[in-house]
Parts: sequence; C-alpha cells; structure tokens
Amino acid sequence: MMQVNETLTLENQLEKIGALQHQGYRFVTMTVVDKGEEFDIFYHFDLEYELHTCKLELKKGDPLPSISGVCFPAVVVENEIQDLFGITVTGLVIDYEKHFILAPDAPAQPFCRVPGVGVTAVARDANGNLTAPAVPQEKEGEK
Amino acid sequence: MSMLVPFGPQHPVLPEPLQLRLELNDEKVVSAVPVVGYVHRGLEKLAEQKDFVQDTFLIERVCGICSFMHSMAYSMGIEELMNIEVPDRARYLRVIWAELHRMHSHLLALGLLADAFGFENLFYNIWKIREEIMDAMECTTGARVMLGTCCIGGVRKDISPEQAKFVLEKLANFEKMFKRSSEVLMGDYSVKERLAGVGIIDGKKAYEMGAVGPTLRGSGIAKDHRMTGYAAYGELGFEPVVETDGDCYSRTMVRIRELYQSMNLVREALAKLPAGDLKTPFKGNPAGEAAVRVEQPRGEVLYYLRGNGTDKLDRLRIRTPTFANIAPLLTMLVGCNLPDVAVIILSIDPCISCTER
Amino acid sequence: MRLFSIFKDILGNLVKGPVTRDYPFEKREPFPGERGKLVIEEDKCIFCGLCAKKCPSNAIQVSRNPKEWRFEKFRCILCGTCVDGCPKKCLKLLPRLAETEEKQ
Repeated sequence: MMQVNETLTLENQLEKIGALQHQGYRFVTMTVVDKGEEFDIFYHFDLEYELHTCKLELKKGDPLPSISGVCFPAVVVENEIQDLFGITVTGLVIDYEKHFILAPDAPAQPFCRVPGVGVTAVARDANGNLTAPAVPQEKEGEK
Repeated sequence: MSMLVPFGPQHPVLPEPLQLRLELNDEKVVSAVPVVGYVHRGLEKLAEQKDFVQDTFLIERVCGICSFMHSMAYSMGIEELMNIEVPDRARYLRVIWAELHRMHSHLLALGLLADAFGFENLFYNIWKIREEIMDAMECTTGARVMLGTCCIGGVRKDISPEQAKFVLEKLANFEKMFKRSSEVLMGDYSVKERLAGVGIIDGKKAYEMGAVGPTLRGSGIAKDHRMTGYAAYGELGFEPVVETDGDCYSRTMVRIRELYQSMNLVREALAKLPAGDLKTPFKGNPAGEAAVRVEQPRGEVLYYLRGNGTDKLDRLRIRTPTFANIAPLLTMLVGCNLPDVAVIILSIDPCISCTER
Repeated sequence: MRLFSIFKDILGNLVKGPVTRDYPFEKREPFPGERGKLVIEEDKCIFCGLCAKKCPSNAIQVSRNPKEWRFEKFRCILCGTCVDGCPKKCLKLLPRLAETEEKQ
C-alpha cells in the first residue's frame, strides 16, 4: 500500500517541495487521478529507496502552480499532465501549450473521466464488420 | 550567431522517433528542447478499460525491450493490493527472466551506441552475441521478446532442468563471445576518443535532475532499486555497479559490467532455484492504492495503481526510466558539439515508446 | 592505447563464414513449447465462451446459438491465456506461426 506522507495546499505547495529538495529528496514523478469533481495530484519523491508522497487536491478548472522553478525535472511531467488532463499549469519553465505529447488534432484531455472521450475498444466479427463496443462506454461517466 | 537545428525525429542513429530542437552557436549546443509525442498510444487509459488480469499482457507491450519487467512490476503492484504471497520458485524464475531481459537490453543499447559512433563492425558483433540471450529466452518461454510468462500471483511457465542446462550453455557462449567485444568497447582508441569526456554530468546534478539507472550510476551514485530486495534479489549476491566519471564512457562501462553481473545473477538463481508451486491462486478484485518500483535496464520504473474493488482499475500510472532521464539529457547536451549529440542521446539508452506509453 | 583491436574478430568472421542461415532453404526448428499458432479441436469445444472472455485483445468470439467459434489471427497476441483457461483443453498453440496466405 502506498503511504501519503504529506498533504499540500495550493499556498504551501512550492515552499514544501522546495524544502524537500534541500533535504536531498530526488524527484521521481507526479501522478494525477481524476476523481470526478477534483483531481488528486501526487508528488513522488525518493530518499534512500523510500518513496515520499505528497498529495494535493485540486478542484477541476483551477490552475496548478508549476514546481518546475524549484524542481526542474518536473517540467516534463507537468507538460504531460497539461495535455492529458487539461489542467492549466502556470509558471512552467518550458511550456508546450498543451501539445507536448498530443498532436494538434488530438482529442482534448483524453485521460479525464468525461463520457464519450477516450479510447473505445471495438469488436469486429469474422468479416471485419464493427459489432458492439467490446467495453461498455457508460461505465466511464458513472465513476 | 545562433541557429536552430531540428535533430530527428527521423535520424539515422535514433532507433525511435524523438526530436530535439537544438540551438547552436557554431558547433556548440546552447540549449536543447525535446519534442515527443510521435508514438503516444494512451496505454494507461486503455488499461482502465480492460480487466486487471488482461492488463498484464497489455502492460507488457509498453516497451519492446524490457517487456517482462513491466509485467513483473504490474503484477507486484496487484499482489501488493490483494496481499498475494508469491511462491519462492516463481520469485526466482522472475529474477532469471528479468536478468535475461536486462542482458539483451544492454547488448542492444551497446550495439546501437557502437552504430551511433560509426563502428558498424562492433554493432554487428554485439547483436550477434545478443542472439544467444534471445535463444535462451525463446527456449524457456516460447517467445523472443513478449515473454508473457509473468502473471499475477506468480509465473505461468516453469524452467525444466534441460532448459536450465541450455540457458547455462548459452550464457557460457555469451561470456566467451562478449569478452572479446567488451575488450574492444573498453579499450579501443577510437571508442575512447568518441566517448570519454563527452556528455559529462556530475553526480549531484544527475541526482537533482532525477536521473535513474545507468545514467545515475555512471555519475558515481550507487542507486539500484534491486537493492531493496524485491522478487528474489534479496537472497542473491548483488552490489550496484558504479562508475564515477559521469561521461558517456562511464555509462557504457556501467552497462558492460552490469552484463557480467546479470550473467552471474542468472547462474546463481538457476543454481539456487527452489522447488515448489509456480502460482498462488487468487480471488476477488484489487482495492486501494499502491506504488511499486522495479529496476529496469534503463533505471527504475514506477507503477502507481488505484483499484476500486471492481475488476477494472481506477488509474494506472507508469513512470518509465527514460521519462526521468530526459531532464538530465538536456543538461548533458548543453555545451557539447553537434556530432556528439547522437552519442549522448544513445548513451542514456532512450526508449521513446516507453516514455510516451 | 590500442588501435584496431577488433581486427582479430574481423579476420575470424571472414574465415568462419556467415552466422546467419540461408533462410528459405534452411529453417531452424522451433523450440518445443513455442507459441506460434492457435488451433481448436471444434468437436471437443462446448462453446462456453471462457476463452473469449479471457482474451486480452478480443481476438476470439464465441456464440452458443448457433454454435460458432471465431478467431481473428491478426488480433491475436499469442499469449496463451485462452489455452490455460479452456475447461475442455481443446485449444492448442502450435510452435510454427501461421502462414500469411492461409485462409482463416
């Protein structure tokens, strides 16, 4: 099971992450989970093989301050989050303007739980005709 | 006067599409900006739509080189969520296949590196040696790359004594053949000329930038996630390989020495292989959160899983090693010469399909 | 400092001849247990649909009425979960890959 070591708020986020950097923590990555109304944002750090996780809850539509100023390696993952979840990250050192991993004509925020957006696995019969979607779509909206 | 040069996505030395926008001042690189997204497949999202047992095979396809370790990391995550105890024999078999994968991945990387600095002969020789390892995997699992042998709760296949003998035979062949090639890689004047002192990143900077795997160990920091003793690594003799110079040459050295180390690990694991079951049966669905890390050939991979008690996962997040090595790569590139860019990129052993998933 | 240290290997390679096989005329036997081609003994099949349910790539479709077992070989990833899960053991993986021109 994963432990959440610290809970951050938008006010003290930069300060706390800066402090972790000074204590010798290595930045591992960030994870975003869409919970419907809000996002869970995890900042994973590592010290001596121990994972140190900070959690930040962000309301949908709110911008997220970037930590790339204090912790440069986060710039790659923050750009990815901008693309895949449509969260606007402010103050990025390198900003790809939501086209880091996605092409210009790709669907917007594909990893969010929005009905109708996302990957649909399809089933085909022996003649290659499309049959019903193999994975029901409605489930996505419920979560 | 500075100018902008796009390096890639189609470049003769790059095995996969990655673009670097290089700002050049004459021959010197002033800054580099990566452009990725050519092979993004949205596997994390697809994994949320298949059930968690089927995901084992999907996750294996994140990467074509370290496929077994991806499914192993995923299975370890689910096992943690559902409190499944993996049988001893399965843990050892996982180590054997993971180390064979590490060997073939490192050989592939060394070959491509040789190709990048224009040593075609060495490239072919190393890839010839790689076939020995591929044969060992094919014989024991029935496939060359997508082994498909890891499953939740254990492994799906056993290694019989005859197969173990075959693997040892192949390893002996490998040792004999690789000794000659590694001498060329380690000692030849032309190789040293291209690698030594190129793309230097010191330990402190590499650590700050979040480097992992041989990139970090080549800079003198002994960090190897196998030290935590997951699977059966805790019961096998093992020390992380460290080189201190932080240039392309020491990263190559780390890979060469890890190859010998992996060979010894496979031999040790085969010798110690305990008898017993291959798989623990399980019931139910995963619930809760888990974060698992596994050392892959390129560095540690992080799997974050969130289950909600149904057969589909709520979220699966994969942070692959190359993703973490992009930031150090950008640091290394600043100040180098344009002809060295290809060598530096290949020295971190980039896997772009992994990076974009 | 050593120069041309690969020279010995080059000479060796010249003398020994190619390491590759003369492929269409000389074929390597597949290892036993290799996963190549999925086949079914349809008279033993009870059309339970377990293989279709377990298949990670939706390559198998089974219908009970009319009794039909369909398989798309180009979707198949040759993982072998269907073989493991078959209650009647009527599915089998043969070592050689299916010929491309073979009709489904």
